[in-house]
Amino acid sequence: MTDGPAETVESVAGTAIPVRGNDIDTDQIIPARFMKVVTFDGLGEYAFFDQRFDDEDNQKEHPFNEERFQGANVLVVNQNFGCGSSREHAPQALQRWGIDAIVGESFAEIFAGNCLAMGIPTVTADTETVRALQDYVDKYPDTEVTVDVAAEQVHYDEQTVEVVVDDGQRMALVEGIWDTTALMKSNSDAVAETAASLPYVDSE
Amino acid sequence: MSEGTLYDKVWENHRVTTLPNGQDQLFVGLHLIHEVTSPQAFGMLKERDMEVAYPELTHATVDHIVPTADQSRPFSDDAAEEMMRELEENVREAGIEFDDPTTGDQGIVHVIGPEQGITQPGKTIVCGDSHTSTHGAFGALAFGIGTSQIRDVLATGCVAMDKKDVRKIEVTGELGEHVTAKDVILTIIRRLGTEGGVGYVYEYAGEAIEALGMEGRMSICNMSIEGGARAGYVNPDETTYEWLRDTDAFADDPERFAELKPYWESIRSDADAEYDDVVTIDGSAIEPMVTWGTTPGQGVGISEPIPEPESLPEGKQETARRAQEHMRVEPGDTMAGYDVDVAFLGSCTNARLADLRDAATVVKGRQVDDSVRAMVVPGSQRVKAAAEAEGLDELFREAGFEWRGAGCSMCLGMNEDQLQGDEACASSSNRNFVGRQGSKDGRTVLMSPRMVAAAAVTGEVTDVRDLPTREVEV
Repeated sequence: MTDGPAETVESVAGTAIPVRGNDIDTDQIIPARFMKVVTFDGLGEYAFFDQRFDDEDNQKEHPFNEERFQGANVLVVNQNFGCGSSREHAPQALQRWGIDAIVGESFAEIFAGNCLAMGIPTVTADTETVRALQDYVDKYPDTEVTVDVAAEQVHYDEQTVEVVVDDGQRMALVEGIWDTTALMKSNSDAVAETAASLPYVDSE
Repeated sequence: MSEGTLYDKVWENHRVTTLPNGQDQLFVGLHLIHEVTSPQAFGMLKERDMEVAYPELTHATVDHIVPTADQSRPFSDDAAEEMMRELEENVREAGIEFDDPTTGDQGIVHVIGPEQGITQPGKTIVCGDSHTSTHGAFGALAFGIGTSQIRDVLATGCVAMDKKDVRKIEVTGELGEHVTAKDVILTIIRRLGTEGGVGYVYEYAGEAIEALGMEGRMSICNMSIEGGARAGYVNPDETTYEWLRDTDAFADDPERFAELKPYWESIRSDADAEYDDVVTIDGSAIEPMVTWGTTPGQGVGISEPIPEPESLPEGKQETARRAQEHMRVEPGDTMAGYDVDVAFLGSCTNARLADLRDAATVVKGRQVDDSVRAMVVPGSQRVKAAAEAEGLDELFREAGFEWRGAGCSMCLGMNEDQLQGDEACASSSNRNFVGRQGSKDGRTVLMSPRMVAAAAVTGEVTDVRDLPTREVEV
């Protein structure tokens, strides 16, 4: 997803998985010891590893271990999700596990930026709305959930709730312009001009 | 929106254009890279058949995985060796300067930039590391980026960003004895919350900030991200210029210094700058701080009781309950007397020469408690060499500390320096997240270097103000 021409992400549909708790940091999403790698391949199995397994690798209680949530692609979280380090390994691990969109009360900034660079929407809603969605999919895990990025809505069963998608994120995803390398590469003359205008950059 | 702040000026100076997605394209004046977050970006670049656009503005080091005991090659950990080789190949192909451990210049990325003088006021600085905010201490606009953004910077010399609001945090008055920059930033995060800074850049100002040396300013800017702010900065002043004058960049080139100084002066926030928010904190009321929980916002003064979860905002109560269970602390108690097994003096927050000197004043003439494994991990090879020239290595060793090589080490446990089982660690680092220091049952208590030293010699969290300190001759 991170390479090649950008696709558009107008909406994401599938089943949802709730991971509850505020301030879930990137060390929980992917412990640092799994970052001793030079590619992102295979990171999916380490998502939330220490929350999912004990020291003897026995499964602990965690939504990512539960049979009923396997195959889910919409993650539903609470406040300040993804705080801590800038490691893109965190959203990469989630994406490789199967997550294509995240609904939450709030997100840490670098984490949300990383998600956008990978084409994963991070949409927000108030506490009540998010908890209601978590409770609902907990009870009915087969519910089809649609995150409509363009319309800033989430649909599940008969319900439609309003969510917020940051303006820049919405435009980037809906119009397929979230591959910023391509966007910026086309401005290289203007870049050289800016560089030349800065007193600390040695111009050849 | 803010106007006339350093942030506004540096942003405008580096803005290339506004992109169709609404973000601004910003030119990057310094791109720092390390072994953990860059290999995938180089891989993406190769897949697209692109080259590094500005290798001369890119600078590499190795810090996260580097062993701090034996740095001879190959590293004993195969995965670490593979990451090192990958970095070596990438920087060689691209022609990027690399401070590997054989140069004597290797160290934590946020220590080496400032010590070599490549971190300068008015630059935009990025790195695939959230603690890049550290460089803001020099009046640079510095922030952490993800790997896809590293690809952007490698390929284009630019990063795409949304402009943020600016919050001025004014720390008034004079800090008390033994109260350090670390205590100031832990106070700020406690007050504004771990997500209070989302959407903001922090400008640190006021007498208490201006009185700090560069090391203290770096400790504060370093932990901006712990308060949710992607960047934090201090306006450059004489203290900043003094530091820069002695660095590699300017020591032999005073003309260059004179040439750039007007630019540095020009990007300072105007006296009548407009801010989106202003917060004032009484610096004289701050006491040595320690964390009781598992987020950097869960801190208290050393003489204050650990809060009842019910006394906190509703959204923070459950996190607090779980944190208190993990840490095995009781609300109403103070953190003083909390037994520690490990004392870690290191990290990009607090492993510079001034930090080691600070801790040494407490350690001198004392012994590490029998129950404690204590280590000093200098932030860079240069910090280590400078400390050794002052005899600090001997002082720490004689007291019972291990004196190790430079790297990130036990701050995040990516090398062999890790907590074991449920060990409790008095740590001068920046994050007390569950599992952060390498063991998921490990317990981290964040504090200043002086407080780490006090805990090391007493075996428990201790108010350093209760221990007489001694002059260390340098």
